[in-house]
Amino acid sequence: MIQTSFNIDKIRKDFPILNREVNGKPLVYFDNAATSQTPKQVIDVIVDYYSNYNANIHRGVHTLSQEATDKYEQARLKIQKHFNAASSDEIIFTSGTTHSINMVANGFSSLLKKEDEIIVSAMEHHSNIVPWQMLCERTGAILKVIPMNQEGELILEEYYKLLSDKTKLVFCNHVSNALGTVNPIKEIIEAAHNIDAAVLIDGAQAAPHIRADVQELDVDFYTVSAHKMCGPTGVGILYGKEEWLNKLPPYQGGGEMIAEVTFEKTTYAELPHKFEAGTPNICGGIAFGAALDYMNAIGFEVIAQYENELLEYATQELLSIEGLRIYGTAAHKTAVISFNIEDIHPYDIGSILDKLGIAVRTGHHCAQPVMDFFKIPGTVRASFNFYNTKEEIAILVEGVKRAKSMLL
Amino acid sequence: MNSNKTCRIFAQSQGMNIKEIQEEIVDEFSMFEDWMQRYEYMIELGKSLPLIDVQYKTDDNIIKGCQSKVWVHAELEGDNLVFTADSDAIITKGIIAILIRTFSNQKPMDIIEADTGFIDEIGLKEHLSPTRANGLVSMVKQLKMYAIAYQTQLN
Repeated sequence: MIQTSFNIDKIRKDFPILNREVNGKPLVYFDNAATSQTPKQVIDVIVDYYSNYNANIHRGVHTLSQEATDKYEQARLKIQKHFNAASSDEIIFTSGTTHSINMVANGFSSLLKKEDEIIVSAMEHHSNIVPWQMLCERTGAILKVIPMNQEGELILEEYYKLLSDKTKLVFCNHVSNALGTVNPIKEIIEAAHNIDAAVLIDGAQAAPHIRADVQELDVDFYTVSAHKMCGPTGVGILYGKEEWLNKLPPYQGGGEMIAEVTFEKTTYAELPHKFEAGTPNICGGIAFGAALDYMNAIGFEVIAQYENELLEYATQELLSIEGLRIYGTAAHKTAVISFNIEDIHPYDIGSILDKLGIAVRTGHHCAQPVMDFFKIPGTVRASFNFYNTKEEIAILVEGVKRAKSMLL
Repeated sequence: MNSNKTCRIFAQSQGMNIKEIQEEIVDEFSMFEDWMQRYEYMIELGKSLPLIDVQYKTDDNIIKGCQSKVWVHAELEGDNLVFTADSDAIITKGIIAILIRTFSNQKPMDIIEADTGFIDEIGLKEHLSPTRANGLVSMVKQLKMYAIAYQTQLN
């Protein structure tokens, strides 16, 4: 049962966009895994920033700069607390998960040698494949892949077999964007650490639904995008253990990241600024903090419980449609349903749903290897957030039935 | 709309010039009350599209810029250029069907010089998702490229 503190009507009123119409129909927004919507509490923070204290940070002597710096650093502390990092120096602001992953991949260029091995899972987003392929090209390291089964679950026995003294890095998402699978990252991290390999977990899809404790997980790197968790686009974080962040060279050169610059030599700033060259997304960082406040006020356990009810209901209702197949049937998954109906192209279903005001994602979801595994060009993906309702799911199911009757 | 009627519409377009065909299409689209009806019509058109010979469904004939796969083949029959095509998505096929109905069986020079404003008139672009709209631009460009290539050959 949902706790009484969870008031869906009240929550929906926080999201102005949920009131709009699309193609003359009330918006049903089920593309949350691509980006989540923004509550007015976060929008207000953005308006307040540009209305009252917009200034560059960490360098100004004036009041506005000081205020902006304070709020930005407060946001870092909120993020540290949320993910239970040991120090706020371990929270690097980035433009999002892709930027965070590239930062680590770039840093490892100087630490890897030929024939070192790096392991990646079979269900990664392209952003957690391509940077490592580029890293392998630069260093001569070899990329190995953890396979998955038909349910869309990683096969851990196969992973354990891949580990050796050559393994230097392991990369895996916490939750698969295409399938919704929640991966057993604790086991993955532990096994990698037994052979002294570092682990990066891509938390982009998990962070909106599961509150990760980076110390308890003992993870070396964890990446998050704010826009998937009620925050703005263009901002995210890289969590890195201090010892690792100290080992990695800076990613970009520029202002903010230096201690002293002469033409002979530059010394780098301390963490976290070493990795934060140039003027950051100040407003975005502050708004990210506000988004965490908003979600924590509702509570991640309550959110997970409610979203799981949505998932179970939607799974059951969609499966009642003849010919519909769900891809990703892991025992443990977040509220994501990837599906196809017979051989109807996902774009066709998505186009008709759009005309009915229903927003879903169609295509390969930037996870072509996953689509290749299932031998399909793509899927229709409906992903739910805590502000969605069963009534909206019923509208989706009717829409899918209508699309099917038009297209078959 | 049943497919017999669709076939008839294709037949009606025979012998007309590009401009006349475009006007005919604009007329047809103006009869629909909403976009679901237009989609239903495009799906029917897609199902009746003269299919490309399987030997031409090669990677070389795939139009880049479409998120769904689209194959187009062109060949001269007398003085006219004839297009055949296919797609793995049916609404996309419907869009190609409209383009092919407009441009197929026409002289290459007429295709090159044809105005494509009718696409905006029937609202195809604004009512397609951006990826499809980009695909539509690629498709028109590709058909015109074929016309240019064959025109050069005729010269």
